[in-house]
Amino acid sequence: MVTDIRTPDLASVKPRTTQRTRGERLFGAFNATFLVLLCLGMLYPFITVLAQSFSSSGAIKAGQVSFWPVGFNLDTYGAVMSNDMFWRNYGNTVLYTVVGTAIAMTLTTTYAFVLSKPHLKGRKVLIGIAVFTMFFNGGLVPNYVLISALGMKNTMWALVLPGAISVFNLLVMKTFFENLPKELEEAAQIDGLGWYGIFGRIVLPLSKAVIATMVLFYSVAFWNDWFAAFLYLDKSELFPITLFLRNLIAGASTTASEGAAAAGSTTAQVSANIQAVTMILTVIPILTIYPFVQRYFVSGVMLGSVKG
Amino acid sequence: MTHPQPEPPPRAAARGGAAAPAAPPHPPAAKPKARARKRKLSWKTAFKRDWQLYTLAIVPLIFFLIFKYGPMLGNVIAFRRFRPGGSIFGDEWVGLRYIQMFVNDPSFWHVFTNTVVLGSLTMVVCFPLPIVLALMLNEVRQQYFKKLVQSISYLPHFLSIVIIVGMVMQLLSLEGTVNQIIGAFGGEGIPFLQRAEWFRFIYVGSEVWQTIGWGTILYLAALTSIDDSLYEAAKIDGAGRWRQTWHVTLPGIRPTMVVLLILNIGSFLNVGFEKVFLLYNPLTYETADVISTYLYRVGLVSNNLSYATAIGLFQALIGLAMVLSANLISRRTTGTSLW
Repeated sequence: MVTDIRTPDLASVKPRTTQRTRGERLFGAFNATFLVLLCLGMLYPFITVLAQSFSSSGAIKAGQVSFWPVGFNLDTYGAVMSNDMFWRNYGNTVLYTVVGTAIAMTLTTTYAFVLSKPHLKGRKVLIGIAVFTMFFNGGLVPNYVLISALGMKNTMWALVLPGAISVFNLLVMKTFFENLPKELEEAAQIDGLGWYGIFGRIVLPLSKAVIATMVLFYSVAFWNDWFAAFLYLDKSELFPITLFLRNLIAGASTTASEGAAAAGSTTAQVSANIQAVTMILTVIPILTIYPFVQRYFVSGVMLGSVKG
Repeated sequence: MTHPQPEPPPRAAARGGAAAPAAPPHPPAAKPKARARKRKLSWKTAFKRDWQLYTLAIVPLIFFLIFKYGPMLGNVIAFRRFRPGGSIFGDEWVGLRYIQMFVNDPSFWHVFTNTVVLGSLTMVVCFPLPIVLALMLNEVRQQYFKKLVQSISYLPHFLSIVIIVGMVMQLLSLEGTVNQIIGAFGGEGIPFLQRAEWFRFIYVGSEVWQTIGWGTILYLAALTSIDDSLYEAAKIDGAGRWRQTWHVTLPGIRPTMVVLLILNIGSFLNVGFEKVFLLYNPLTYETADVISTYLYRVGLVSNNLSYATAIGLFQALIGLAMVLSANLISRRTTGTSLW
């Protein structure tokens, strides 16, 4: 099926030998042990944050929490979830992600479609315009000045427009479109369909899989973004949840580094709890969809690696 | 080779196979006029035939012009005095004044050194590790176990940098796991994030955590495309597993390594601004402050916009020059290049 771009498993490398020597078995055991340890190490930060989110602040403060909650309670979850600003910022993140992804997909898909037509005059220039921005960009201050001059500060547009085309994603889509069967388009042309029609009625329906992949790429990027919000938004009711979290963390660490170790410790420990809960609540959507969509991401990366 | 090995699945299969058989690409225009096309099409004919395609490109082009090329041109304020509220391209030429300013600014050279150190450390550590991990994964025979390891190791890639830093801070805080372990051995707690000497270690370590798994994807893909008969031949020649790895596997993934290395070199100076920004504090500026964080403070906190732009432009130009030269060198020496 053309529409199925899921990769064959990367895992499906054929075993190379049939019998294994003793050294190989030894190596295999060592290898497996190492990988298990690596995975535990990589998961540990999640586990400890999860444990902290259910722990009492006293236990965290006493340094007792590692794998397992100590002083189990749900009060922190209750406290965070009853915070209006938390939900408002969470809603903002959803809004920015949806709008940003919609805009990004529209622009990326149309441009990739245009770039995928090898006969198009000026195609090289159009590709060059995009690719050059991968290697050279305007820098922080000119971007800031531009966004301010356009009057986009303190609006959603400052967050969703500048990132609307990721050149990497663009090239992935272009590669995909280039590999669609040409015959369909030709047949459609003979039937009198223009490029608009071919794009909307032939190419897009055939590209559901790559579109899904790109939607995932973009939405994760928008969901995770915080810096644009940090730069361009002043009003906390506009913040996305990532910035909310960042301010929590930054607040906690300033208290700590200001040396108020003894006196200010109450605020610091409360926020260790709250930080953990906010982190968990922020990653939950990603963790929930992750197992199901992981292979789409992988296939997207592989498509992008095919030289275009 | 006497045993014909089944070919590894061709790349096209990765995209879902049943695509076009290798038909020679030809313009789909079926009009007789186009069939009698000359090699060079005039713009007029091109527009007439493909105006719909060109119109589709308009909005994305406007996007590129405004949001990508606009700021690029905005870099001229590195050479012009900029007045807030005035033209975004500055008001009057001041020549190389701002360039001279940062060249003579000791703080600039301090952050420059920090950037180079942090960038090199990151590259030296984070470039080879995914290769090692990919090779190890490649030796795993139980597919479910391999998939599990892959899934787990990709995970940090999907998290916001804010979450990553939040977790790093929790782990390294005075009450965190690392200090619990130190305490268990009777050591004094160390406020890692307040110690300049620990910053680089923390930065590179968390970078490894975040990128090692995801970085294996392309290598694993390259590994699947190595022809099995090469291994057979090596074995017949008496090569053990290590020598097979050295003489077959590594050369097989070399093009991938080169391309990724070039890309790495290009982004060498753009050490993860966001991560440094979230991780550092005045106590660790000594080792943590990099060009991008410095220019952020100079430009947007202290409002020396032109000065900061000059620094940013310098950094971007170095990045561009490094990609171009890495690409050139690699094309000359290994025949692999980005373009």
